[in-house]
Amino acid sequence: MIEQTGKEYIGITKVSGPLLFIEDIKDVGFDEVVQIKTKNNEIRHGRVLSVSRSSALVEVFEGTGGLTIPSTRVKFQGRSMQIPVTMDMLGRIFNGMGMPIDSYPPPISREYRDINGLPINPIVREYPSDFIQTGISAIDCMNTLVQGQKLPIFSGSGLPHNELAAQIVRQARVIGQNERFAIVFAAMGIKNDEAHMFRSSFEESGAISRVVMFLNLANDPSIERLVTPRSALTIAEYLAFDKGMHVLVILTDMTNYCEALREIASSKGEIPSRKGYPGYLYSDLASIYERAGKIIGCKGSITQIPILTMPNDDITHPIPDLTGFITEGQIVLDRDLAKKRIYPPINELPSLSRLMNDGIGEGKTRKDHSNISNQLYASYSYVKKVETLASIIGENELSEKDKKYLEFGRAFEERFIKQGAHEERGIEESLNLAWEVASILPKEELIRVTEKQIEQYYAKQKD
Amino acid sequence: MTEASKRIIGTVDMINGPVVKAVDVKATEMMELVEVGKERLIGEIIELEETRATIQVYENTTGLKPGSLIYGTGIPLSVELGPGLIGNIYDGIQRPLKDIAQCMGNFISKGVKVHPLDREKKWPFIPAVKEGDMVGPGSILGIVKETPIFEHRIMLDPQHCEGKVVRVQEGEYRIDEPIISLSAPKGILDICMLQRWPVRHPRPYLRRLLPETPLVTGQRVIDTFFPIAKGGTGGIPGGFGTGKTITQHQLSKWSDADIIVYIGCGERGNEMTGVLLDFPKLMDIKKGRPLMERTILIANTSDMPLAAREASIYTGITIAEYYRDMGYDVALMADSTSRWAEALREISGRLEEMPAEEGFPAYLASRLGKFYERAGRVQTLNKKTGSITAICAVSPPGGDFSECVTQHTKRFVRCFWGLNKELASARYFPAINYMESYSEYLDSIQSWWEKEVDPKWRELREEAMKILHQDYRLQRIIKLIGEDALPDSQRLIIETAKLIKDSFLQQSAFDDLDTYAVPKKQFLMLKVIMHFYHRACEIIKSHLPIYRLLEMPVLNDIHRMKTNIPNNDTKPFDIILQQIDEQTQELEKEHMSIL
Repeated sequence: MIEQTGKEYIGITKVSGPLLFIEDIKDVGFDEVVQIKTKNNEIRHGRVLSVSRSSALVEVFEGTGGLTIPSTRVKFQGRSMQIPVTMDMLGRIFNGMGMPIDSYPPPISREYRDINGLPINPIVREYPSDFIQTGISAIDCMNTLVQGQKLPIFSGSGLPHNELAAQIVRQARVIGQNERFAIVFAAMGIKNDEAHMFRSSFEESGAISRVVMFLNLANDPSIERLVTPRSALTIAEYLAFDKGMHVLVILTDMTNYCEALREIASSKGEIPSRKGYPGYLYSDLASIYERAGKIIGCKGSITQIPILTMPNDDITHPIPDLTGFITEGQIVLDRDLAKKRIYPPINELPSLSRLMNDGIGEGKTRKDHSNISNQLYASYSYVKKVETLASIIGENELSEKDKKYLEFGRAFEERFIKQGAHEERGIEESLNLAWEVASILPKEELIRVTEKQIEQYYAKQKD
Repeated sequence: MTEASKRIIGTVDMINGPVVKAVDVKATEMMELVEVGKERLIGEIIELEETRATIQVYENTTGLKPGSLIYGTGIPLSVELGPGLIGNIYDGIQRPLKDIAQCMGNFISKGVKVHPLDREKKWPFIPAVKEGDMVGPGSILGIVKETPIFEHRIMLDPQHCEGKVVRVQEGEYRIDEPIISLSAPKGILDICMLQRWPVRHPRPYLRRLLPETPLVTGQRVIDTFFPIAKGGTGGIPGGFGTGKTITQHQLSKWSDADIIVYIGCGERGNEMTGVLLDFPKLMDIKKGRPLMERTILIANTSDMPLAAREASIYTGITIAEYYRDMGYDVALMADSTSRWAEALREISGRLEEMPAEEGFPAYLASRLGKFYERAGRVQTLNKKTGSITAICAVSPPGGDFSECVTQHTKRFVRCFWGLNKELASARYFPAINYMESYSEYLDSIQSWWEKEVDPKWRELREEAMKILHQDYRLQRIIKLIGEDALPDSQRLIIETAKLIKDSFLQQSAFDDLDTYAVPKKQFLMLKVIMHFYHRACEIIKSHLPIYRLLEMPVLNDIHRMKTNIPNNDTKPFDIILQQIDEQTQELEKEHMSIL
């Protein structure tokens, strides 16, 4: 993948963790790519982290095991990290640095792109407003996904986030639009089984020829995780903005990415901020998440679904917290719902889609969409209050109104949220279902919907 | 800052992200703006030691090599001021994003050099002085129509000395053409419209004034319960998803300020796009012109270089001060100061400074304090009254208000609107927590409300607030024993509080009518709710069960006041008040007859 250029230096000064330190060098740039040869002529790759007139600090992606001080050879490439981009990459599997690992030859392309990308000028961004139907009521009706959005799944260990992501990939489509789409899948430090699950899901649905996979598994070098999402987004940008495809990018698991970032930061001796993560975690995550979107005049789009597991299910942990500040909402999975055997176990209350209001309504989904979803939110949040009360004074002591709310709450979870992993519900069907469960409550309790909407939809679905 | 400079002041020695160390440094000064390397990256000197210097670079340093030359510009980091600012969108160091897109395409690469203000455009200048007049620092020299309705007052640079006008002529000028000639002690000087001002220095004014009029925002929870004054400072802290940005957008849309400076500091790109999409379409209520014609945007999104994020809030407030000096009321929104503080932290970390709390540098509090003190109501050098209202969002990690940026902000702002996650989860917007929020401007603006709206305003507000407080305490009891176990007098408080919360405080940003409420409508709405409460109190004393009261048809009208009654119509309120009286009387009569 990398052309052989630049000066080669023999011998380094210091090795520590994933970093090596080299002196007596000349003309090296910040953030330059480095090729490292061990004494056994094994080739590794690295990147310059900081540089002065005579020395440089280099991070080594494949790890520093086996490097020696006198015989390690280091060659500076004179440019920052790049990968080739071509349509031939569809259907292929690469490692985090963009080198093929599916035993086929490397793709041939004259075009190489810097994996760090460049910030999109805010004035050329097109505001995302095309509704993507995922066929999942809990998402379509309550946290609508739109094309060009970045909507992460906040999960916990053992929760079915992978199944949910696979289902979204299988079912996602834009109504009335029949354009080319592609999937870019980046795995960072996930288990072999999980990668296999995604792969067979892509194969089953016949999507595999439209998928580019970048795999960095749990036993691969952790430092390679830092470049994996960037490689993936570079090809995604090519497919979307050069080739006009609608690209869905799955990044899993961002928690592993952040752990790798912390590992490097601490071996560099940086001052840590919260929980030992570096102070620039926010900016670093933003440089990944902000690479979603649409550009005026380009046909394609990049929609990102990053997945992260919240350590100890704690949503205030720096990783989900900072992610939530950057992404346009979040879908939160909940252990209690999972225990009640509700799939997908989406907890609607902390979940949110910020771009929802622009992607729904008349002409896109249905006029009552915004109101009925707000009504369900408000009512379901009241259910939670009633449940707490019921656990203290007992369900029998509740007022009639509160009992109705409990009934509504159960129907909401069992009928509305719960659905099969292969069940696809159209938006019309999801909205009707929403009215059906809302109709359990008396009319006077529905103050977020208009009188006209009540007249049109209330209790109409039961017949 | 755009003219290429040839003066070499040093050589790059070490590069660590946005921090560059230089050696062989000579003939420079602290805070001088410099250009680094072949690509002429923009930076600022932030540390000097003998012949070494530390430079904070505002662009991506990828590929920069030790040994590259550093050029001095002779001026500190400054902004260009003059006609043409309004309606523009800039990055953190005032580079116009539209022009960048024109010359570089969809992505922002480095080393761009574009003038912040259009040099080609000619502006019609109408002088306000004549030959022979004496003018001094800040004097208004004339006016330019910057937009069809906005009068841009051209002022003499505050750093300029006094002089006598020797030549002035009406006509069309470019911003760098002389419009006036002055005879000053140093000789004859030509003055043009364009000015530069260093962003880290506050612009001078004559004296500070106390705030006395409210910034009317049309948002009920703010105007009626926690008002902010023109020239005041406010903080909006909230975890993610609590609606900081929507609240700031609402304030930018509906505030009765003359100029809005909106700083997107380290936030999402799509949010700025949303503003660019919405504002040209929305109309200013007072003037009937597109909102974009009073707005200046500064966008340093989270993926843009970090050091420029640090500079962006200074760029914004300097522009705000310039319009204040013309005698206008300016509202400045910054979203979010936490990202600014984080940029400060990262640069401080790379300088290997000793960290204080949570890795933030110890000077965080003093920098915040200095920034907020640049807001205020002042008498300008030209004897006009102008103000800057600063409203800044804070993004506390984990939504925890005890973290240091929120706490320091609380020390320097006088208005605190705490956003609450639980309210947001229930889609209760604006999710301003009325128990935690406060405003210190109530006393200063009371007379405005009494004069302009109704003498009973303060009384009504305090009464409603008391009910919310009582409700807050009762809610804790309800959590244990349920609502039905309470006596009717207390249940009435809960029901009234619910009315205040659902029908008054809650306000939809997406409803055409509800998105903005004039002060009179706000007052009448609250008056209706409190009137219902008073009448209900009387009846409940005669042991009428509360559920009968809640069945009154008028309650539905009260619920829908916000979305049904237009802003300038007061009649429907009279009807509702009358209906409350009638329907309660009827209930009373019925009840008595049963007894």
